[in-house]
Amino acid sequence: MDGLDGFIFSFFNLRVMVEYLPDIAAGFLLTVVLAVLVVISGLAAGLSLAVLRSFGVRPLNWLIIFTVDLFRALPSLVIIMLLFFGLPTAGISMSGFTATWLSLTLVLMSFSEEIFWAGITAVQKGQWEAARSTGLGYLGTLRLVVLPQAIRMTIPPLTNRAISITKGTALGSVVGVSEILGSAQSAMAFSSNPSPLTLGAIAYLILFVPMIGLGRWIEARFAWRR
Amino acid sequence: MEDFVDAFFNLDIIRRASPILWSGLLQTLLLAVTVVPVGAVGGVLLGLLTSSPNKTVRRSFALWTDFFRGVPPLVLLVFIYAGLPFAGLDTGAWGAVVIGFLLNTSAYYGEILRAGIESVPRGQVEAARSTGLTATKTMGLVVLPQAVRNVLPDLVSNTLEVVKLTSIASVVAMPELLFQARQAQNATYNASPIVAAAIAYFIMLWPVVRLISRLENKVLVARR
Repeated sequence: MDGLDGFIFSFFNLRVMVEYLPDIAAGFLLTVVLAVLVVISGLAAGLSLAVLRSFGVRPLNWLIIFTVDLFRALPSLVIIMLLFFGLPTAGISMSGFTATWLSLTLVLMSFSEEIFWAGITAVQKGQWEAARSTGLGYLGTLRLVVLPQAIRMTIPPLTNRAISITKGTALGSVVGVSEILGSAQSAMAFSSNPSPLTLGAIAYLILFVPMIGLGRWIEARFAWRR
Repeated sequence: MEDFVDAFFNLDIIRRASPILWSGLLQTLLLAVTVVPVGAVGGVLLGLLTSSPNKTVRRSFALWTDFFRGVPPLVLLVFIYAGLPFAGLDTGAWGAVVIGFLLNTSAYYGEILRAGIESVPRGQVEAARSTGLTATKTMGLVVLPQAVRNVLPDLVSNTLEVVKLTSIASVVAMPELLFQARQAQNATYNASPIVAAAIAYFIMLWPVVRLISRLENKVLVARR
């Protein structure tokens, strides 16, 4: 085999690719499920923390700020390792899937809390005062006046952050989750050929390149409203 | 409670593991001071290329940037470390990490800088050129400094992500902080080394997290 044939045999081996396509497709589905779960729970938790922070209870806010800083400073993989290998020594074990989901949720929660909080504080004081003077309560003002404006401002940074954190689903492969990278690696081991890895990379591109485009479009679309 | 302390904050175990944890920390720092400059230089280059007046150059490097932002860094790393040897290209752990980070990190820095360059008003270029500055000098002395200032929070934030990301080098058996902590945990059947590593990351990176929050607030206030 000369150079090019060898290269194609290794990385674009059709026979191997066809054989392991179903595995990679299943991995693709798992990645999508994991990513969707992380985005939903991470954003919900982040928004809840930001709202809680707006009540202005000092000790509670310190706790929130510390938690959020902690999960922004720790690498996702370290959190996954702590949950997956660390907790069992205290008698709490969870699957690799749960550990990955929980870790990425905590990370997205922290980054999105910061973004939501920045959005809430960016809404002018006059908006609060006007809403309160019409007889709306605190929660009513928050829900009907402040949050709609705050969330609109935060959509571009939230989208970009959510995309980059969902890319962390690949870390699940380290704790045995058969998402795209995990299933591609086992297929590579079985077939002694790296073509499944090429297939996996293509699967990620199919998933994330449109999302990157979406993020850029949203950034342009919402930019002038600030 | 005592069980909890024993399992996660076992000082005796941490003390015994401290030599390899220290060496892991040093390796992590070495990795960070290697991959951040490599990625930043590549990023400036990509930022300039994606802001090029030549449409073909601009489009092709925009495609390049999207490609490497679309592939998760761990996938890239595994591909280089475990896949390329099949083509007779064995880069070793260090080689794989440097190449993987160069491709991934420069794409992110490049995209941020492109947005920064775009944010500098066209009049700045025209004014600079009309004073007799060459195109290169205009870019280097007028546009880039303003571009960097405009996207500084994003640049710092990306640098934090890169340093955190060095932990994936543990997957290719590079003996950095997380890898060493896992080794120590395996040897002692105790989670304390990982907790110690997490604390080390936190102490190292918390100031950066605070700095980013302050920079972002400044931008928000300035925009109002």
